[in-house]
Amino acid sequence: MQKSSRLAILALLELASNPDRQISTAEIGEKYRVSAHHLAKVLLVLGRAGWVQSVRGVGGGYKFSGNARRITLYDVISLFEETEVKCRLSDPSQANPEEWALFDVSKEINDISVATYSSITLSTMLMQIEKRKKAQKISGSDAASDAGAKVSAQ
Amino acid sequence: MPHDKDPDGATALTICPATSQDLDQVVALDARVTGTAKPEYWRDIFERYGARRPDERFFLVAKPAGGNDAGPDTIFGFIVGEVRGWEFGSEPCGWVFAVTVDPDRREQHIGERLFRDICARFRQVGIGKVRNMVRRDDTLVMSFFRSEGMVAGPYIQLELDLNDLD
Repeated sequence: MQKSSRLAILALLELASNPDRQISTAEIGEKYRVSAHHLAKVLLVLGRAGWVQSVRGVGGGYKFSGNARRITLYDVISLFEETEVKCRLSDPSQANPEEWALFDVSKEINDISVATYSSITLSTMLMQIEKRKKAQKISGSDAASDAGAKVSAQ
Repeated sequence: MPHDKDPDGATALTICPATSQDLDQVVALDARVTGTAKPEYWRDIFERYGARRPDERFFLVAKPAGGNDAGPDTIFGFIVGEVRGWEFGSEPCGWVFAVTVDPDRREQHIGERLFRDICARFRQVGIGKVRNMVRRDDTLVMSFFRSEGMVAGPYIQLELDLNDLD
């Protein structure tokens, strides 16, 4: 996945997780450790797709304006990358069997990637994120309990 | 009369084991969704999964719980699965190999409730994992299972066209 696609997905997840809130480019950039300049370019593309809206006025920023249950990771990636595996030769009939065999493997991997990205919506990602947050809270509590238990035992 | 709704707005449902009286509707619903009528296949599935080893094999149908315009025995959807063990080196786990919802009744959480019901039955018999297989190009079905929390498992399905065998 290219950097722009990754950033676009992260920005959309940030905005879709708080659809009523407007979030600034600086805030998103700081959280994901990326330049506001690069992020602005990405958000422009997402705005053209109708998935984010820039908000003028005090604070400014962006709001999510898409349907998280319908936008898939593949939809986002397709805005920034060529997603098909193509023969590098201008005339495919010139490819030899070794090149075709490698092309077949590349196509198989690409087809699996496309199928995976096409089946994961922003909504599904947000659900996965919540699971991770809960798991982190629990392991954080366990660690704190363990630390507490060790202190008590000393 | 509108379908009864649960407090969260979903259609009130009963999920129960399929009976032989349900078979015609199952065949019709499957034919409508897949484009191919398979009465013998579903009769065989019912005999294997509906009538034998009921603690490990589940053929469940979803019907409206309250009054509705379609009649109390109308099937809104069905799901079939079983516990399988030791194939492909896997410890016993639940396998879901068919789930269908009436296209006119989608977006009412019927598929979700069928899936959660069968998962609850797997858990009751001590199973901790559920698996299935989805066509790569069936984005709708794959999205559904992913929205239920399923992720890619440790297996890759391989195949060979026997015409290519020397």
